[in-house]
Parts: sequence; structure tokens; C-alpha cells
Amino acid sequence: MTEVTLSNVIKRYGEHQAVHGIDLEIRDGEFVVLVGPSGCGKSTTLRMIAGLEDISGGEVSIGGRVVNDLPPRERNISMVFQNYALYPHMCVRENLGFSLHIAKRPESEITSAVNEAAAILGLEELMDRKPAALSGGQRQRVAMGRAIVRHPDVFLFDEPLSNLDAKLRTQMRVEIKKLHQKVGNTIIYVTHDQVEAMTLADRIVLMRDGHIVQVGTPLELFNAPVNTFVATFIGSPPMNLLDGVVTENRTVRLIDGQELPIPSSPRESVQPGQKVKYGFRADNLSPVGHGVSDEGETADIALRIDLSEPLGTETLLFATLASTEIQCKMLNPRPVTSGETMTCRLALEKAHIFDAQTTQVIRSN
Amino acid sequence: MDRNQAHRNRRRMLKGLHFVGLFLVMSIICIPGLWIILNSFRPTVEIMAKPPVWNPSFTLDHYRAMFGGAGQGGVPVFSYLWNSIVISVTSTGIAVLIGMSGGYAFARYKFSGKSGYFVGLMLFRAVPGVALSLPLFIVFAKVGIIDTHFGLILVYVAMNVPFTIWLTDGFFRQIPKELHEAAEIDGCTRWQAFWKVEFPVARSGVASAAIFAFLTSWNEFALASQLTRSVGSKTMPVGLLDFTAEFTINWGGMCALAVLMILPALILTFIVQKHLIAGLTFGGVKG
Repeated sequence: MTEVTLSNVIKRYGEHQAVHGIDLEIRDGEFVVLVGPSGCGKSTTLRMIAGLEDISGGEVSIGGRVVNDLPPRERNISMVFQNYALYPHMCVRENLGFSLHIAKRPESEITSAVNEAAAILGLEELMDRKPAALSGGQRQRVAMGRAIVRHPDVFLFDEPLSNLDAKLRTQMRVEIKKLHQKVGNTIIYVTHDQVEAMTLADRIVLMRDGHIVQVGTPLELFNAPVNTFVATFIGSPPMNLLDGVVTENRTVRLIDGQELPIPSSPRESVQPGQKVKYGFRADNLSPVGHGVSDEGETADIALRIDLSEPLGTETLLFATLASTEIQCKMLNPRPVTSGETMTCRLALEKAHIFDAQTTQVIRSN
Repeated sequence: MDRNQAHRNRRRMLKGLHFVGLFLVMSIICIPGLWIILNSFRPTVEIMAKPPVWNPSFTLDHYRAMFGGAGQGGVPVFSYLWNSIVISVTSTGIAVLIGMSGGYAFARYKFSGKSGYFVGLMLFRAVPGVALSLPLFIVFAKVGIIDTHFGLILVYVAMNVPFTIWLTDGFFRQIPKELHEAAEIDGCTRWQAFWKVEFPVARSGVASAAIFAFLTSWNEFALASQLTRSVGSKTMPVGLLDFTAEFTINWGGMCALAVLMILPALILTFIVQKHLIAGLTFGGVKG
């Protein structure tokens, strides 16, 4: 059983504090993605788990064993780096077998382990090539092979797909997920790409400025963001946010005077006069008859469409509401001309109210 | 059509000029060497002849005399060669070991005063060696290491270490630090990670540094001429002086010894030239 536990983990570089007391429990076999904008401390956290970075405070334990002062080689982890870090002077076979050679395993065992990893990742044809003679995707697979060959307790991935082109990235994402299903180890994966986080993770850890903002399954983060940062970071397109003030009738008056009803869940928790941000996703606002159903609470808004992006199964519409550019989605699309005014329906139960000052979500007490 | 022709002509002309330029530069570099080799096979009268003899005769007299006994104008070639080899190889080995460690430290570790040390090392290179010859002579004489292999090795190590540090620092800097991190995660100690991963990758750079250090020691004359005096420690460049007498210079003999001096360096350079070129263009062609 290999749980990874971080308790009050801190990283300081001189005066600057990069990671502020992180607490996190990762269960055995779980696929956890650390995601956040650059400089949020996600890579530093991963490197502290790997032992490549000293821990300034707190405790990291792997499989119940505190590893704070253990060198990387004694933590039984393996890591895939952003630039792959393949050994350029060794062929693929030697790269894969390197860790077992260092551990002085018998030759027969090394050969079978290397062949097994090669078979899992489809590297059999490339075994005698040097890394320089491989394409980006192949190098990526070798790096993954090198990681699985020693059957580590935990896999660490540090932005492994950022050097690949878009198509290959999607393909490798699937392979990583398949790999996890096959080997079933605990995986900690760092990325700045929320799509990778959403598609891969069992649980996402969203970080900003060295703090954990929210931990949860992809759908929890998508459907119940704790603040405006999560709301705009997770999901594409980002959540629409409109500034407004709560009125006596429990509506939100936007800056152009238009009023939107407050969804039932936070209705009793807001105070009249409170400044808020009204948030909803593009999927929950669509022209009448083109997506949002009539069931549940809804509100209709007249929108003048500035721009449309047909994507085939749906069309993304850009409009301006209360001086803010918003996006909405039209399913079963029909051609839309710019400047056209459409009545759009908002699914109120999917809307969120955030406090404008603290940016935290307001929910029913 | 005409413009195409004009372009083609211009390109041809530029190519021709390029060739002429290369030829001139290579002549300047190669002719002195060629002159030495040719003169080592010519009788002294022909070397000194005015006007020059254009159709030279061939003789091995200078080589015969050089390897001959003391009475026949011979010099202790093998002693000088041995001294040169011992001093150059040992000093190169030590300088590369120290320089590589230093270069690695400068490339990989953070420590206070790092840039100051580095600039200091480079400034040390700016001091002309000859200026140090007198103080070195006095100190070495007092310590009692004048006219020994050890003394000269010490001087050459000191001369070569800063350059080796500078060169290898550049090579280690180009190796992504993730390589040793990956090796450490794969089970290596820091020491193993260096020898099994980073050193092999930087091999070309270390080879370049070694050849530079070797050639500096092999060819150095100014300090060696001050710090050595007997057959037991004189190096080849200093040995050349044996051919100068009070009123005459035996040009033929000097050229013959010079050829013997050039040969090992030339052979060595050819052997490592693949590494040398790979080393000096490292980074530009990395996949």
C-alpha cells in the first residue's frame, strides 16, 4: 500500500516562500493531478516528494515512512521529466535497464523487465536506437518505460506532455491513462493544462501562489468551484463572471441595471447591498430551444451576438452582457449572423454567486 | 535570363574569392610548418643558400647526426622526448581532473562568491607566464624543485586549470540538470550519476580540454627554459636550444628535432579530432 502524505509542507528559497504549508493525502493507486498557473509551486511540491528539492518544513511520507531526509534513490519512486531526460549516450534498451543495472539485478531479470516494459509501451522496434534518433512521442514513451521498469511505489510526472504537439499530446494522454489502468500505481502528475488535469485525474489539486485552493474530483471542481479562481481556471471556456449588487428582491442587479434572479441555494445567504460576482458556464446559457432545458429554474436574457464560432456539434456564441464579454453554447446549431439578437435561457441551478471581495463562493448555510 | 546569369556569375566569383581567401589563410598557417619539415631533409648549405635552391636534394644527415653521439652534433633526443611526455601527460591528467571538478562545481552548485572566483581564475590567465618566471625561479630554487619534472608539472597544472575549468564549465552547463536528477531517481548516488551519466555525455568537452592542456604543456618554452637545465628535465622545446652555439645555429638539426616534436602532437590531435570537433560544436547539433 503506497499512500503519499504531505503535512504542512513548506518550501523557502531564502526570503521567498514558494510553498506555504501544504496538507494533502494521496491514496494508494490514486491518480492525482497538481494543476495551477506557472509559479504556483506545483513542480516544487512534486520535486520535494521526489527528493530533488530540500523540504524547508513539514513532513512528506511515502507508504507510511517519513522520507524528508532520504535521497531520491531510497524513496522507490520514478519520475518522468518534461524534457524526458533520457541518457543521450545510451540506446533505448540501456536507458530502460539503467536503474536495474545500478541496483545490480541479475542480467536475466533485467532483460525480462526491459522487454516487458517495451511490450507495454510498444518500443520493441526501437530498442537499439539512441534517444537522438527518436521522435518526441517515442522519447516520451521511453521515459515512461524507464519509469515503469523498476515497479516503483509512486510515479511522478512533471509536465510530461508540454513538449509535444497538440495531436500527440491527446494520444499520449490516453496512453498515460491506460498505463495507470494497467499498472495501478499511485501517480502524482503535474501540469498547467486544465484539460489534462480534467481528463486524467481521479482527484485534482488546484494550486495558486504556493497554496492549495481546492482538492476534489474533476467534476467537483467543475461543478462546485470554491472561488472565482477555480471557476475560471477549470473548464473551457472559463466561467462567465458578471459584477453586480444584491437587491432587496433577492436578485442581482448588474452594472447596466439588468437584474438576474439568484439561484435557490445561496438565495438566503446573501445580504441586500452585497457586491457579488454572478457566475455561470457557457453550457448553462443557450438560445431558447438550443440546449438548456425548460425544467428547473431558468431566466431568459436577450443577447446581441457579437461573434459565433461553429464547432460542428455546437456553436460557441460571444456576446456582451453588462459590459462584460460572455460566452454561451448553442447545441443543434443553426447559422448565426453577427449582430443578431437572441433570447437565451440560463439554467439557474447551475449558476454560482461569489462574494466580490473575498472571491469565495456563497452557498446556503 | 540575364539576371539569372548575373547571379550565377556573382556566385561563382564569390566562391572563387572564398577559395583564394582560404588558400591565403591556410598558407600563412601551414607554410612555416612545411618549411620546417622540408629543411629537416636538406643539407645546411642549401638551407642557407642565396638565392634559394628551388630543386632541393634530399638527405637524412640531420636526423642521423641528431641521434648520433655527442661528438657528431647529437642531442639526447630520447631523454627530451621522455621528459616532455612525462611532464605533459602528468600535468594534463592532473589539470583535467582538477579542472573538470572545478568546472562541474561552477556549473552545478551555488556558493557564495562564485562569480568572483570565476573572474579571478580568468584574470589569472591574463598574467603573462614569462612575468612569473623570475619569482618562480627564485621560489623553486629555494624549495629545491628547480630542474625537476615535479616543478614543471606544478607550473603547467597551474597554467592549465583555469582554462580547463572555463571550458568544462561550459560543457556541463549545457547538460540539462534533469539528467543527473533522473539518474539519482534511478538509484545512483550523486557520484555515480556524475560518472555514469554526466561524464560520458560531456566526454567530448573533457577531451577538448585535455588536448588543449596537453598542447600548452607540450609546446611551452618560456618557463621551461628558465626552470630546467639538465638532460634529466629539459623538454623538447628547450632541447631545440642545443642547436644554437655561440656564433652559429644548426638550422637543419633544429628543424629535425622540431619535426619530432610536432609529430606526437599532430598524431594525438588526429586521434581525438572527432571528439574535438564534436566538443567544440556541442549544443549546436544536439537532438
